[in-house]
Formats: sequence, structure tokens, C-alpha cells
Amino acid sequence: MVEFILNDQTVRTRKPASMTLLDFIRYEQHLSGTKIGCREGDCGACTVLIGKLNDERIHYESMTSCITPLGNAAGKHVVTIEGLNMVELTPVQQAMVDSGGTQCGFCTVGFVVSLSGYCLTAEHPTKEGAISAIDGNICRCTGYKSIENAAGDIAGQLSKKSQKEQTGWLIKKGFLPEYFSGIPKRLQKLRSYEIPENGQVMIGGGTDLYVQKHDELLDTEEVSLVFDKPDWNSIHREGSEIVLGAATTATDLMESEIMQQIFPDLHRHLKLVSSTQIRNMGTVAGNFVNASPIGDLTAFFIALNSTIVLTSPGGHQRQMLLKDLYKDYKELNTKPGEHLTQIRFPVPDDQTRFNFEKVSKRTYLDIASVNTAIQIRSAKGKIDDVHLSAGGVGPTPKYLSRTCDFMRDQALTPELLPQAHEIIQSEISPISDVRGSASYKRTLLRQLFYAHFAELYPEIFEDEIPA
Amino acid sequence: MKNIDSKGHVTGKSLYLDDIPVRQGTLYALPVDSPAAHGRIRVLDLTKAEQSEGIVRIFTHRDIPGENQIGGIIPDEPLLAEDEVHFQGQPVALIVGESEHACRRAREKVRIEIDEKPPITDPREAREKGELIVPPRTFQNGDSESAWDSCEYVFEGRADSNGQEHLYIETQGVYAWPAENGNIKIATSTQGPTAVQRTAAQVLGFGMHNVEVDVIRLGGGFGGKEDQATPWAVMVALAVHHLQKPVKMAMHRMDDMRMTGKRHPYSSDYKIGLDKNLKIVAYEATLHQNAGAAADLSPAVLERSLFHANNSYFIPNMKVTAYSCRTNLPPNTAFRGFGGPQGMFVIESAIAYAAYEIGVPKHRIQEQNLLKDGDEFHYGQIADQCQAVPAWTEAVESFRLNDLQEEVECFNRKYKLRKKGLAMQPVCFGISFTKTQMNNARALVHIYHDGTVGVSTGAVEMGQGVNTKLLQVAAYTLGIAPSRIRIDTTNTSRVANTSPTAASAGADLNGKALEKACIKLKQRLCEVAADQLGTDPKGITIENERIQVNGTPAELIWEQVVHEAFMNRVSLSEKAHYATPVIHFDKEKEKGHPFAYHVYGTAILMVTVDCLRGTYEFDSVKIVHDCGNSLSPMVDNGQIEGGLVQGMGWMTMEELDYDEQGRLRSNALSTYKIPDIYSVPKSVEVKHLETDGHELAIRKSKAVGEPPLMYGLGAYFAILDAVRAFNPNTTLRFDAPFTHEKVLMALYEGKEVEVKEEAAGSILNESSG
Ligand SMILES: Cc1cc2nc3c(=O)[nH]c(=O)nc-3n(C[C@H](O)[C@H](O)[C@H](O)COP(=O)(O)OP(=O)(O)OC[C@H]3O[C@@H](n4cnc5c(N)ncnc54)[C@H](O)[C@@H]3O)c2cc1C
Ligand code: FES
Ligand code: FES
Repeated sequence: MVEFILNDQTVRTRKPASMTLLDFIRYEQHLSGTKIGCREGDCGACTVLIGKLNDERIHYESMTSCITPLGNAAGKHVVTIEGLNMVELTPVQQAMVDSGGTQCGFCTVGFVVSLSGYCLTAEHPTKEGAISAIDGNICRCTGYKSIENAAGDIAGQLSKKSQKEQTGWLIKKGFLPEYFSGIPKRLQKLRSYEIPENGQVMIGGGTDLYVQKHDELLDTEEVSLVFDKPDWNSIHREGSEIVLGAATTATDLMESEIMQQIFPDLHRHLKLVSSTQIRNMGTVAGNFVNASPIGDLTAFFIALNSTIVLTSPGGHQRQMLLKDLYKDYKELNTKPGEHLTQIRFPVPDDQTRFNFEKVSKRTYLDIASVNTAIQIRSAKGKIDDVHLSAGGVGPTPKYLSRTCDFMRDQALTPELLPQAHEIIQSEISPISDVRGSASYKRTLLRQLFYAHFAELYPEIFEDEIPA
Repeated sequence: MKNIDSKGHVTGKSLYLDDIPVRQGTLYALPVDSPAAHGRIRVLDLTKAEQSEGIVRIFTHRDIPGENQIGGIIPDEPLLAEDEVHFQGQPVALIVGESEHACRRAREKVRIEIDEKPPITDPREAREKGELIVPPRTFQNGDSESAWDSCEYVFEGRADSNGQEHLYIETQGVYAWPAENGNIKIATSTQGPTAVQRTAAQVLGFGMHNVEVDVIRLGGGFGGKEDQATPWAVMVALAVHHLQKPVKMAMHRMDDMRMTGKRHPYSSDYKIGLDKNLKIVAYEATLHQNAGAAADLSPAVLERSLFHANNSYFIPNMKVTAYSCRTNLPPNTAFRGFGGPQGMFVIESAIAYAAYEIGVPKHRIQEQNLLKDGDEFHYGQIADQCQAVPAWTEAVESFRLNDLQEEVECFNRKYKLRKKGLAMQPVCFGISFTKTQMNNARALVHIYHDGTVGVSTGAVEMGQGVNTKLLQVAAYTLGIAPSRIRIDTTNTSRVANTSPTAASAGADLNGKALEKACIKLKQRLCEVAADQLGTDPKGITIENERIQVNGTPAELIWEQVVHEAFMNRVSLSEKAHYATPVIHFDKEKEKGHPFAYHVYGTAILMVTVDCLRGTYEFDSVKIVHDCGNSLSPMVDNGQIEGGLVQGMGWMTMEELDYDEQGRLRSNALSTYKIPDIYSVPKSVEVKHLETDGHELAIRKSKAVGEPPLMYGLGAYFAILDAVRAFNPNTTLRFDAPFTHEKVLMALYEGKEVEVKEEAAGSILNESSG
């Protein structure tokens, strides 16, 4: 039985945990405010807020309900537009009306819900932040400028928000209905829910599975949900290593102080991965195991020389370098039943720099044509160590080992780049597809390889990038 | 006035097709479509699918009682394929079952085998093979052939623009149920209720009076629900007819993308001649329209490409020929601009080419050739109240073109790996359906005896704000508060024989009809009031819900007069018919006066290209637009910004990708990208040109739906400008969209990593660096 609070209503249902939350909301609960634009997580029309209790407080995140398994709502607070509506429009709704941010209206609820989520979570509200919260919402009518204005208007109103009594302030100012204040207590009482763990199909955030196998999943009653497994989404340091739980999401990474300290550009880099909603859902393990040759997190962590921990059904654990996980297109070097429980990578030292590059048809909320990450340690103008990865240029995510071997111990000079690049070209085998021609992908990887150096060592390379 | 639907939208209370509460016993329908783009169906084995859990019945063309025909302009398209298939996604059968999921599982079990024939995807190839939808048409004026000799410069080239997926966020949908005596009611998401009614009747062998079509609103249309909404509604009606149960279909996005037609790709050749003062002396072009497998609206779209082949320029000697080419893509269809943008892209490309070759900024040529009052269009209409020059001048002056140019030049001198580009984009767009007979509409107005008002017209609300404008017209004309008035659903039983809501003309046509009906009612009420007050009706008006006698408020309010009229058995209902005056067109001569008026404007677009990565961001777009006397500036600005961004999407990232087998590779939102919030220009400024508006526009507020899309054309030329700043030697190609891929390859032309043999994969040949 799945048990959760939907808006102001506690629901208990025997519907399969693999059913999408969207179908449950729209067709079982007959709440038709939540819309369907794609059923693939790509438009945001179905966005809902999902609040999870951490200690006394609830942390709300926006998610696309079309690819959220019903089971991932267990024990949580799910908020749809019906749960935000009051007699008067909320300031978010009013701002959308006042700015002309709605035309056909089909996308509008998604925007309102995402922005309301921003109101619930923003610590330092800004217009950019509010816009960022709707980076997973697509509108075909307005051209967005009016919606940007609404976002700015809301950020302005939120600047007066009390940090201590957030929910209370939001209720007082009409952003939220009164019942929100009682939700934490109600969730605490809702302890009886259970999460299926022993099915054949393992689901993390569901953001890959529901896109690829939507129909099959609806017929799969036996699933294993790991998104909320205790300890599976912690990020901590163990000696000289950082250890991530398998169900860590991209948002967890972005919000982690440990990660932010190590990677000053983390936000900019991860912003290039999917959208706010999808980053709130997709897990690191899901990204690795899905084995897409253009997985961004995969490219990112390969360049960090990460190790993964695999656990067999019997509880036996073994470690493997992430770069060794991939055999061939969507084929892994794992044993049947093994799953991924942890990711570990060495903490880089002061001499080490890291960069991530990605180009796609659309800069944000798009899968890469080519992505690449690099970690270089250099001292006195010489490369001590380097790890370079690339995606979209072969059947699996690539660790460019020969290129790395070549560069190690070389002087860090502009002349090195074309030479290293020649080796890159011999290590990759892109094909032409909807994300670009083979020739484009090869040329693009060259450019992104150069871009790594322009970003990391502007003092050496700024005007010297071979053009 | 704000969009009257906005409160419903922000609270999720507005109803769309999929939100209509389902009736008990509702079944669900799912089309089975052809996996191949061209061939003969050898096997269609439905046995396993029919036995699949929850399946009620599967329909094929054999179940059609009337005609298996849905072609609107030309009868060349079956509802369900018989033995030949002509595009991937062509409907072959319709599965009906207890749930959508059951239907989808059953569809996997359909065995369909096709003897494939080579498909045609290229319109030029179709033309060579004589595959034309209609005979080619030529529009001309002057004598281009003998004009070339007098030109200082003559250039020839080619321009291609790809298609565009509508990507209305609400997919196609329909819900129909049986009414008494075999009649059928269809609720659907269409821009053309009458087309659905007519086609359903034809396919079912009914009279149109047996079918009622009702439209609440659309979650976006953009032309994609003009003719392309019809097949789904008719299929579902077919199922209702046989099963006598309610049947519903809300399409999945990938089905919708695969099965429906889009904006037409065009492939064109041009020749342009200029004199030494940069005046365009002559222009010739041959347009190849990729119509897809059936006519749909292609002949009408083709016609508009011809009308707008000159964009905003006066060209004394012109000859443009257009071919509508039959290929094996889904039947391409209406899309905001309706062929106009495709025709304009060619002349803009020709001008850009000439400018680069001559070595002058493109906008110098544009400016030299803007239309003026009294100029004759190549189709015979005389430019009147022409705003091309005022809009251009206003843009140049108020947005300081000189400063912008200076900014670009400074920036480009300063940075090596980033370059800015600038483009001016004037637009001229004719308002009216080019098929004269379609320019009519009707309105039905009821004043209820409590003083509230119900309005029905043929206009469909799809986000463009037509209902808001209609409400304003009714409120203003009757002299009452908008809150008293409700705009009803669009329904074929209340307003019949309607033209689709399209061609930007919805508000003009329906608004004028509504205005007429309201004037009649008001006159009648004024007579009642005059009677009551014992004065002459001539001096009576209604303002702010109060009767005025010779301009002075009387002790008589709206509700009282309405009540009085009701008690005196005076009719409180009225209908009116409006047909646009003046317009006509002679297809033999290809001359006439097809448009009620033209809309003008000018945009300035600025882009920054990252020349290391081959990506770009638009810094700003500044627009001067001729709205006339805008009824609703907020609605109009929304149309301008939305149209602009849609046009920019078409020119930049939206890349339709059919493989050589005619299969759509860009078949989902993950592979077909429309602008997101980060890909729109950082700033968009819109200024309305101060004009009087046009008397044929509703309350002089000019139509605004389509014209702004064409500002987006400038995106292509701004990027090209920046690319040329980085690599002045790159080949001048006019091949939209200008994707990141094309940008990078143009920046590094000659230095790209070439792949000799794709299969070998790793063999490469890099010229340098
Ligand atoms: C709209 C959209 C945009 C996207 N954009 C991007 C993008 O820009 N970049 C990108 O890289 N990806 C993108 N993705 C893909 C996806 O979001 C990521 O790959 C995500 O990290 C997958 O994680 P998940 O938990 O949702 O995977 P799931 O769908 O839950 O699972 C994926 C696979 O991993 C398996 N699995 C999950 N957890 C484990 C585990 N612990 N051990 C073993 N197997 C496991 C599942 O069985 C399944 O086979 C996008 C997806 C969507 C829907
Ligand atoms: S329906 Fe598009 S993201 Fe869910
Ligand atoms: S208002 Fe129509 S999609 Fe956004």
C-alpha cells in the first residue's frame, strides 16, 4: 500500500507502486489541473511539488509527475495546483496574470507550481533564482519574457521573507494555504507506509526508465524503489575520499557544501544537466547504469577517476573504476543482480583543476551532442596527472586513456593541444545521428578539449587556442 | 484588458479536452500507423491485437460507411490507408479498448508488413519526377527577363528552410459520444470545427446536421490544429458510430509528432539584380514546397508564399514560380505565417547574398527598397496606409541603430573568440484568407432577461486572446461591463459554416460580425428605452450600463431596459453575418486585391556567437510593430513576443530530421528542441508604431497573430553576420535552421575534422589545427 498526503488529503492506495504519479493524480484522483505535455519529463506541464520530511521540516522539490513512480511519493506531501488554490489568487498566480504570462494556459500550471516551489525553498531569492526554478518548464506561446517578469516580481516580494518562520510567513502573505502548517506533524504520523524493495526492476528517480519503458513498467507490479533508501543519498568525506550514496541526485550534488568547496564551478556545470525537476529526481547511479554514451554525470565522474561500489544480492561488495563499468553500447561489466551502492572519488588537491563542457542543440535541458570533463594536476608548467572523459563520441562513455597517457609529464603549453588532439581523434568513433554528424562531433570535441584549457589556464591559453 | 482566461489558467481550472469529465463506459482509441514511408501493405494481421486484454474492436477502412476521404482542398487523403501507404505515421487502423494502456499494449501486437518502395523526401526530386500536388503557379509583374541587362549587380543562389513542428503543448485530442437517433457529439481540440463536422459527416455517410462539434479551447494550435485535427476526430466518430459508446483519444506526444504534418520545408533558387544605388531592379525565384504525401492545405500555403515573396520591398520586375511537391512525409500543413515566412526567407537570403558580395551592410539594401504608399504589389494590390518606412525609421531612430552597430564593431575588435552579429528584419504581412470566399463569419448574441449576455462566434480560443477581444467588442458596443458577458464555446449548432480560426483573421471577422449583432440589439433596446422615457430614439445611447439621452445620463439602467424589452416581447437575441468588403482575387491573372490590409513592422536583432564552441545567445531584439489602435496591448504584446520566439526557434534550434527512409528521427521533445527560457533573447523591447489603424480591422486594432513570427527570420542573418566576423571566408549558405552544428562547421570551414568513411568511423582527415 502506498500512503502519502496529496494536497490536504491523506491517501492510501493499493495501486501499483510503478504507476506514474501523474496518472494517479489525474485519472484516479480526478485532479485535472496537472497537465500532460509529453510524458517524458521534458515539458514541465505535469510538475508537482514533493515534500519530504527531514527532522521537523519539510523540504519541497519540484518533480515531473509523468515519470515519477507513485511509490516515490510514499510518506511524502504531494502538492498539485489544487493544493495551492485559495479564494484569492496567490502572489505567484497574480504575478502570472499581471505580467501576461499565460496565453493558451496549458503550460501555466506547471510554471505556477515550479515557482511556488521556489517560494518554499529560496533562501536568497533573486530573479535569476526564480527563473532557474522554471528551467524545466516549456511554453510554446509566450516567448517567456512575460514569465520572466512574473519571476522577478515574485523574487521581489520574497525578499521580505522571514528565514526563521518560512512557512508561517508564506501562509500569512497568501502564498500557501493554511493547511501547510500542519503537514509536518501529519507526515510524522504517517509512519506506516512501506516501500517495495524486492522487485526485479530497480528504480531510482525513474527519469530514464519511464522514458524508455513506460508501458512495460505499468505492467510491472514488482519493483524495487531505491530513491529514498536511508543513507543512499548522503554525501560525505572519508579520509582522502568523497563518498556518495547511489541515490544522490544532481540537486543533492549542487547543494552539497562539500562538493561546492571542491568544485567552484559546480553550479554552472550541473546547470547544464537536464532541468531543475529532473535534477531533483535523477540519481547518480541511474545515470551510470543507464549507460547512455552521453550521460553527463558519467562523464563528470569518470574524469574524477571515481570508483563505484557494487553490491550483489547476497550483500557481497566489490569495487570497480567507473571507467571500467562499460563494455559496449548499453552493456555493463556487472554480474546479474548486482547493484550500485556507492560512488567514491579522491579529493583533489590544490594543484588540481577540473572542468566540464557540454554542447547540445539547446544549451539547457537537452542531451549533449558531445560532453567532456577533465581533471588536471599540474605544477611548474608541467602536467603531473590528467583524466579526460568524453561522451557522444562512441558507443559508451569514454575515458580517453591514450590521450591522458600522452599528456602526462608533458609541459603545459599551447603546442601540446593539437598533438593531444590527434590522439583523441584516434580514440573515438562517433556516428552521425539526430544529435549531429560524425564530423561535427569530432570537430566539437576538439573545440571542447581546447575550451577546457581556455577555462582552466586562461593565463597560458587565452589567445592561443588554435583557431 | 488582460486575457480573460488567465485566472482559470493560473488555477488549473480552465478546461481542455482531456479535462472533460468522462462519461461512464468511455472507451479509448489509439491509431495504428504505418512504420514505412512508402509501400504496399502486404500483411495487416490484427488477430493478436484483437485478443489482447481490454480490447473492444479494431477498425480499418472496411468499417467506413461513407467515403474514406478527408482531403479538404483536394480529395487525395484516406482516413485509414487501404493498400498503399504514403508516409510513416499514416493511420492504418484504429484500436478501441477499455483503457489507453490496453490499446498501447495491443498495438505492439499488430503485425504489419509492407513491401517498401523508395520514398521521396526531397521536393526537388519530387518535381523532377512530376509528383506535384497542383500545377505550379507563377506571380509576376514588370518584366524581369529583360531587366537583368540594366542591373549593375546580378546574383544567383539557393535558399532552404526546414519545416517546423507546431509543438502545441496540448497534443491532439477528441472525445465523442452518441446522441439520440444515431447523431454524434464531438468535443475536440480543433481550429476548424466546421471542417471536423463536414469530414465526419462525409466519412460516416451522414448529413452535417447529424454531427455537432464543440470546442472549449485549445492548449495551443499555431495552425497545427487547423486541418490536422480532423482525422483524429473523425476516427473517433467512426468508433462511436459503430459502438454507440463514448470514445476518447488524447494523443501521446510521440504519436502526435510522428503522425501529424508540420510547417512545410522549402527549397528555393533565386536570382536578384540591383542597380548601383542598391535598388532591387529584378527578382526571380523558384520555390519547391515539400507538401508531404497529400494536399492538406498545401496549395493555400503555396499561394501565400507567392504573395509574400517580396516581403516589405518594392520590386518592379518580379517573377516567382512555386511548385507544391508530393513527397513521403506526413502531409504538411498550416503553421503561423502559412507559407509567408518561407517565401520571405528567400528574398532575405538573396539580399544578404548580394550585400556580402557587394560589400555593403545588408540593411542598406533593405532600407533602399522598402515599400511606399502607391507601390503596386506583384499581385496587383496597391500599397495603402503603408507603414514599412515609418516602422523602419522609428526602429532605427528610437533604438539607435548606429550605436548598436558601433557596439558590435567594438566588441568584435576586442574579442577573438566571441563575435557579435546584427540584423534588421522588416515584415509586411497581408491580412485576410487568401481564398476570398473564406473571409466571412457569424455571431450569435443572446441577452438574457436578467441583463447578462452570452456570445457565440466561429472563433476558437487557443491562447491568442480572441475571446478577450470579442468580449471587449461586445462590452464596448453594448455599453455594458465585461463582467456581464460570457463568451461561449465554439459550437457548430450555434454558429454554422465557419471558416477555421486562422490567418490572423479570427478577431477581425468574428469581431466585426459580433459588432454588427450588438449594434442591432442596442438599437432595439434604445427604441425600448425611448418608449419608456418618451423621447426620440435618435438621441439615445447606452454607456456604462446607463441610458443616456443626448449625452446626459437618464434614470434608466441596462437591466431595466432589458427587462422592459423582455416584458414587451422584444427579441433579445440577434445574429449577424460579416463578409470582408473590397477584397477579390483573379486566379487566372493572379492579380487582385486579396488583403483587407497589411501589417508592418521592423525588428533589430543582436546575437553573440561563442566561436570556440559554436554556440550563440541573443542579446536583444528590439521591435517596432504596427498594431493599429490596439484593443488590448497586453494580448498584442504577448502575440508579438511569442511569435518572435517561435520564429527564432524555427531559424535556430528547431531541426526536423527525417532520415532517408522518411522516418522522423526528431520524434520527441528530447530530440526536437523548441526555445526554453534560457534560449530567448536576454531582452525584448516592443514599441507600437503610432498609427490610426485600419477601418477593416476590428475597432482599428490590427490583426497580430502571424506577422511577428517573421521577425524571427532576422535570427538567421544575425548569426551569419557574427560567423562572418570570425571567418570572413566561410561559404554563404542559406540553410535554416542555423543550428549549433552548422555554426561550428561554418566557423571552422576548411578546418573541421572530416570523416571520410562513416562506416569506418575512425578514419579522419583534418586539414589543420
Ligand atoms: C527530461 C530529461 C532530461 C534529461 N537530461 C539529461 C541530461 O542533460 N544529462 C544526462 O546525463 N541525463 C539526462 N537525463 C537522463 C536521466 O535523468 C539521468 O540519466 C538520471 O541520472 C537517471 O537517474 P534515475 O535515478 O532517474 O534513473 P532510473 O530511471 O531510475 O534508472 C535508470 C537505470 O538505472 C538502474 N538503476 C537505478 N539505480 C540503480 C542502482 N542503484 N543500482 C543499479 N541500477 C540502478 C535502473 O534499473 C535503470 O536501468 C534526462 C532525463 C530526462 C527525463
Ligand atoms: S508531461 Fe511533460 S514533463 Fe511531464
Ligand atoms: S501559454 Fe501556451 S504553452 Fe505556455
